[in-house]
Formats: sequence, structure tokens, C-alpha cells
Amino acid sequence: MATSTTFLDTNELVLNMGPQHPSTHGVLRVILKLDGEKVMGADCVIGYLHRGVEKIAENRTYQQFAPYVDRMDYVAAVSNGLGYCLAVETLGGIEVPERAQCVRVILTELNRIASHLLWLGTHALDIGAMTPVFYCFREREEVLKIFEKYCGARLTTHAFRIGGLQYETYDTFEKDCHAFCDWFEKKVDEYEELLTTNRIWVGRTKGVGILDAEACKTYGVTGPVLRAAGVEWDLRKAQPYCGYEKYDFDIPTCANGDTYDRYIVRMQEFRQSVRIIRQAVDSLPEGPIKGRVSKVFKPPIGEAYESIEAPKGELGYYVVSDGSTQPYRLRVRPPSFVNLQALDEMCRGCLVADVVAIIGTIDIVLGEVDR
Amino acid sequence: MKELLKAVFLVDLIKGLAVTFRNQKPSLIYTEQYPKERPLVAERYRGAPRLNVHPDTDETLCIACNLCALACPEQLIVVGAERNKETRRKELTTFTYDVSRCMFCGLCEDACPVDALELTQDFELASYTREGAIWDRQMLEEGPLPTEYKH
Repeated sequence: MATSTTFLDTNELVLNMGPQHPSTHGVLRVILKLDGEKVMGADCVIGYLHRGVEKIAENRTYQQFAPYVDRMDYVAAVSNGLGYCLAVETLGGIEVPERAQCVRVILTELNRIASHLLWLGTHALDIGAMTPVFYCFREREEVLKIFEKYCGARLTTHAFRIGGLQYETYDTFEKDCHAFCDWFEKKVDEYEELLTTNRIWVGRTKGVGILDAEACKTYGVTGPVLRAAGVEWDLRKAQPYCGYEKYDFDIPTCANGDTYDRYIVRMQEFRQSVRIIRQAVDSLPEGPIKGRVSKVFKPPIGEAYESIEAPKGELGYYVVSDGSTQPYRLRVRPPSFVNLQALDEMCRGCLVADVVAIIGTIDIVLGEVDR
Repeated sequence: MKELLKAVFLVDLIKGLAVTFRNQKPSLIYTEQYPKERPLVAERYRGAPRLNVHPDTDETLCIACNLCALACPEQLIVVGAERNKETRRKELTTFTYDVSRCMFCGLCEDACPVDALELTQDFELASYTREGAIWDRQMLEEGPLPTEYKH
């Protein structure tokens, strides 16, 4: 904070950015310390969207809590559901049938595409590129249509249940997925054409908000932000879940760890997700979609932690059971919350306008930060 | 000279408009004229709840087992039942469903053993009062009346 004694002393200015700021992607308040246009530090004030989800879990049965996790990272609701279901399944020792796992992979990868599309659209909009947001939302609509046809909801999907799936795939599911993949690959080229070599885009993103590999590890940053710093770490490869070891895909990485590299990494992830969806749809096995789970589900006393590679990074669920129908304690490790810590480090020395770009590039969802 | 002709005949404008008109295909238009035309939601859409009745006899399918009320995370379903002294069976008397608290997760319809409670494709749930969002048995059986708009 400024320690100036007279108001004529102008070395440090404290500026509130948010909570009602269109570029903070929700209700994030950033207290910026400025020296002219230069950012000397940034403090995040969070909690405006706090709903006490972890506490709600203690008063709900395991099945009843599943819809609530969709409301944390509402942009990637399917991934949240997968993480929670995996943790509870590990806790209860439930076997998930192959077909259910395969459908789970398809839907989470579709959700990764939808989440990255929303990120790309809003991030570009923050920086000043108006066009991509319309294109991205048009493509996202197609993913949401598949979700709606599959489980009846577009955003808060509640697609997965403990032990597998509730809904069998609909008739044209495979066809729709293939059609989307074919169509979408061309659209990724279109985005790249618009942005990758765009001079304004490169000028606004290259060298902005650098976070090197060492700093990433110190802060516990995961996901595309970490991969853009050159660390080849993806939980889908590092500790495969849901049968990810069966699919052939690469982990895209970059070297510099700046905003531009994070953009490149996410664009590559679009293509990798399409690759995974194609393989998964082609290898969709027949069989049951739900394992044996009793209606009154009581896992044995114990604890379990399962983490997945959500679109934003490592999403972990830690569940403690006391043998009753309700969790004794549930803790979420949200990627957005952890990644947001690095904002201060990334902002230092940048200009105010770059703060907008940096908040966009971390790809936060406040529902998940505040829980 | 060539540049001048290009400028006179508005070549660039025509080129630009060609792109615009190419994207005017009806299949590419996403905007819906909402109250006039309703979106066609998916078959599995989870919207307004409905308590199904037998199509021929108009008797309710609900067996008052209370499983939906137990499954609901928000505990917004209240099932009232009475034991029929002659048949010794539980019969449904009242059924309340608070739509204002519902998050349409679909757990109640999954729990229903006789497919009596169902989430339908209706999505217009607006009400003038808070009480109006609490649906009783009659409302659930008949379903919301289609909204008519006068232009």
C-alpha cells in the first residue's frame, strides 16, 4: 500500500479492478498497485461467488451431490462431474464398464473443446478482437447441442452418475461426433488464420505475462499455463484415468510461457481433443453403461483423492467417508483457484492493459475459484 | 487505370457482400424469433416436471412410494398419501413440487420406479408470484398452459 504522506506524492497508485469489470470474467476484484501505467503488484480479492459447495456436500448423499459439482466450473461441467464420480468410485471400489468409460472420454473431450472455445472467444474479445467470439460461440453451440441431445441439459449437464452413466447414447451420437470433428477441424484453421499471425494479436500477447517452468511449479500451476512453460505434464498421460492410455495423442508444449504460447498450446489442444474423440467414437464398445451400485450407496470408511486433467488444469476431488451415505468431508482442488495465485507474479512490470490479457490467459471461472 | 475501374465499379464492396450473402443460408442462421417460433429442444430435455396419468383411465401412475422426494438434493418434493382401507394400498392424495428451487438434475425421474414423474420439454416456467412456482398435483398432471402472445 502507498505510504505517501502528502497527496502530491504520486509514486504509487492503488486501483481497484473489478468486481464489476467485464474483463475479470466474473466477480474477481484485483487491487492493482500502479506506478504510472506500470503494475507493481496485484492482489486478488475473491469470494464474491462463494456458495459453500464443500459444506453442502456434507449434507447430501453421494448421488445427490453430483449435480452441484457442475455448478463450480460451469464452463466445463462434464469434467467436474467426471472428477467427482472417479473419486467416489475409487472410494467405493466400483468398477465402471468399458462403454461408460469410452462415452465419458468423448464427452469430457467435447467439453474441453467447448471450454477452450469460450476461453478463446472471451480472451480475444478482451484484447480487442471482436470477430472470434462470434465464431467460437457458433462452434460451442454445436457441442452444447450434442450435450443436450445426450443428457437433456446444455450447461449444467449432470451427465455422469456414480458407477457409470445414466443415459445410453442417442441414435445418431457417433455420427454427430464425427460430423462435429470434421467440421470443427476446419474451424480451428480459421481461428489460426485470424489470430496466430495477426500483428495486433502477436503484439498484445507475445512476451506478456511470462511465467517460467520454475515459477509454475512453485505456485502449483497446472494445465495449459504449465505446458506453455515447457513442462510436459498432462494427467491424461501421467496417471491415465478412464482408459486414456488407450488413445494416441500428444501433449502440446511451448517454451516461453507467455500469453502467446498459452494460446498456441490451447489451439493445439483443440486438435488433440478432436483426435481423441475420433478414436474413442470409433472404438466405442458395446455393453452395459452402469456398474453395480446399490441405491443406498455407503462406501467403506476411508478416503480417496482422484484428479483429472480438466480444461483448466488439474482438478482434484478428495473425499472422506465415515461409512454413512453422506461424505464426511469433501475437498476440491480447483485448477482456476490455484492458477490465479500466479497472477501477481505474471502482472509485475506489465502495463494495465496487459492485466486484462493476463487474467484472460489464465482462463479462470469464478464459480470454481470461490466454490 | 485498373485501380480506378475497381473503385468505380465497387469491386471490393461486391466481394465483401458476396461473403456476407454466402453466410445468409437459412441453415447457418442461429437467431430464433423467440415467442413467434419456439426452439425445438432435445427429446431428453429436462424441463418442467409432469406427473403422468394413465392415458385411458386418467388415474395417476404415481404409487406414492416417496422415492423421488428422497432422491431430490433440494428436498423440494412433498408426497402426500393415504392408505385405502379396502384395498390396503397407499394412494396418492397431494403432490407438491417447488419449481423455483429445482435445478433440473433429473434425479427424481431416475428414481421413479413407475415412470410417473417426468421432466418434460416444457421450458417456460415464469410465474408472477413465488407461490405460483410451487406446483400442486393438478398443475403437475395438467402441465403448464401454453403461453399465448398477442402481437
